Amino acid sequence: MIKEVVSVGLAVDECLRVKKNVLQPERLSGDEKRICIVTGTHGDELEGQYVCYELNRMIQEHKENLKGIVEIYPALNPLGVDSISRGIPMFDLDMNRIFPGDEKGAVAEHVAARIIEDIAGADLCIDIHASNIFLREIPQARINVNTARQLLPFARRLNLDFVWIHAAATVLESTLAHSLNSIQVPTVVVEMGVGMRITEEFCHQLTDGIFCVMKDLGVWDGEVAKPKTPIISQDGEVGFVNAEAPGIFVPCVEHWRNVQKGQRIGRILNSLDGTVEQEVCAPIHGMLFTLREYPVVSCGSLIARVLGGDFE
Amino acid sequence: MKKECIYTLKKQYRDDLNIYGYRFGQGEKAACIVGSIRGNEVQQLYICSQLVKSLKRLEENGAIVGRNEVMVIPSVNHSSMNISKRFWATDNTDINRMFPGYDAGETTQRIAAGLFDAIQGYQYGIQFPSFYLPGDFVPHVRMMETGFQSHALANQFGMPYVVIRKPKPIDTTTLNYNWQIWNTNAFSLYTSATDRIDRDSARQAVACVLRFLTQMGILRYTSHSGYLASVIREEELFNIKTGVSGIYQRYANPGEEIHQGQILASVIDPLEGEELARVLSPTDGIIFFAHSAPLVMEGTIVFKIIERLHE
Ligand SMILES: [Zn+2]
Repeated sequence: MIKEVVSVGLAVDECLRVKKNVLQPERLSGDEKRICIVTGTHGDELEGQYVCYELNRMIQEHKENLKGIVEIYPALNPLGVDSISRGIPMFDLDMNRIFPGDEKGAVAEHVAARIIEDIAGADLCIDIHASNIFLREIPQARINVNTARQLLPFARRLNLDFVWIHAAATVLESTLAHSLNSIQVPTVVVEMGVGMRITEEFCHQLTDGIFCVMKDLGVWDGEVAKPKTPIISQDGEVGFVNAEAPGIFVPCVEHWRNVQKGQRIGRILNSLDGTVEQEVCAPIHGMLFTLREYPVVSCGSLIARVLGGDFE
Repeated sequence: MKKECIYTLKKQYRDDLNIYGYRFGQGEKAACIVGSIRGNEVQQLYICSQLVKSLKRLEENGAIVGRNEVMVIPSVNHSSMNISKRFWATDNTDINRMFPGYDAGETTQRIAAGLFDAIQGYQYGIQFPSFYLPGDFVPHVRMMETGFQSHALANQFGMPYVVIRKPKPIDTTTLNYNWQIWNTNAFSLYTSATDRIDRDSARQAVACVLRFLTQMGILRYTSHSGYLASVIREEELFNIKTGVSGIYQRYANPGEEIHQGQILASVIDPLEGEELARVLSPTDGIIFFAHSAPLVMEGTIVFKIIERLHE
């Protein structure tokens, strides 16, 4: 059943509409668990679109196994998805920096407030992101250290490769996940793949994981895959590699691989004079879980993140 | 006047980004003024260029008092301004959401760190930013309520209003907030324009900065007396929204005194031309902010009103 979460009139003959699909058993007992799958806050992140499609398809093919309520929100920022813009068109702030929103505030803040109101009360929320157009990520959960105890049991079961428990930051208090966690809706942020693309294998992997968690919660009683055991890390063991010169980055290693300390990851090239601007090397021994996808780099552009340790 | 490059970002496909600082006087770091950080802040750039011109003459005439140094940085992000982008040209991030910056981080974190390093340690910091909603303001001084702010000082600009904003999480990465946290008295000055030049309000802004520097004993300058500012807390401003969307026609401007029931604007059917709704003032007061675009969405904040009781 498709429902409208919030609608706002645009200037000429059109409304901005955030929609969700509510999937539930034929007969409700009243104590069903409810899980919300949300994505499309950043209009240039598309991996979640395919996950939403697959969830919809697989649940509807075996509706008899559905024992709880699944709500799928494919596009929290529908104008952004439509216009290939990361943010809300015509609005300055990142949509994931305005939660919990404000009924009395600007249009985007009003939309944010209605989204929170709609999800409130759910037993679990999974917020699917897809990095950005610059970086490719392995399937991972990102958890604020203050919510780790509560969220790890879910994150471990999502069939992900990696769980990154990161430090808290004041500016992150205005994310959707933080706002929902603070009203007792456990919310796990998933990052995977790369912006503007769909990585099918990652989408299938996460979809399988969502079914596992649905089964754990008693929302699904069909067969599910056995989830992978993710690598779990705290902030301290992550090494960052940034470009120190502008140019074209060409990698020479594959994503999701072990690298040695000092091993070459790639080179930054100068296409005008044919020189190598920088040999880019791994800062620590470990696994390359983030790798630059977009070739043009400026000084400072993130090229890779390496999780310290031995993982193969 | 000494012009120096305070930060350079090397570029491959374009000229390097050089951020310039203009120093006047020598000695104690007294005041620092930062202009355009976003690529559409043309009014802010214009104001700072006029300030550089004024301070140059004043310095030549010996108007800088004792051992005081004033620095002006008119433009931080002309890489974006030159190609009509508001945010950072390559990744669309906002330098004014990157403070205090990180010199080993992403590009805009490095720019913020480079800038912040050069502008730290001043007693007073003045920034000409722009608001996240497009529209026109009554000229005002804005400060964050960090516990370190002083509105008695803000009054010395002689602008008609001083606005105190309670910081939200997203504000903690702005220049104004970080300046205050790092012991600079920080003020943001808003004039009535951003992406166009309004000469009258620019002239007023230049006069306000010179008046402030004079009041603080940094400059010897005969300034005309300014306004005795009303201090307003941002959350006390009354927001008026449109209930419908369409073509927007505004009948009242920032600074105007308005009365309850007065017609402030109307919304017209964009296809058929009929009036769909009128925006009426729910209260007596003064218009502080007014939406300026020719179109409106449903629920747009079209006016912010200072209610009468503040008079
Ligand atoms: Zn995202």
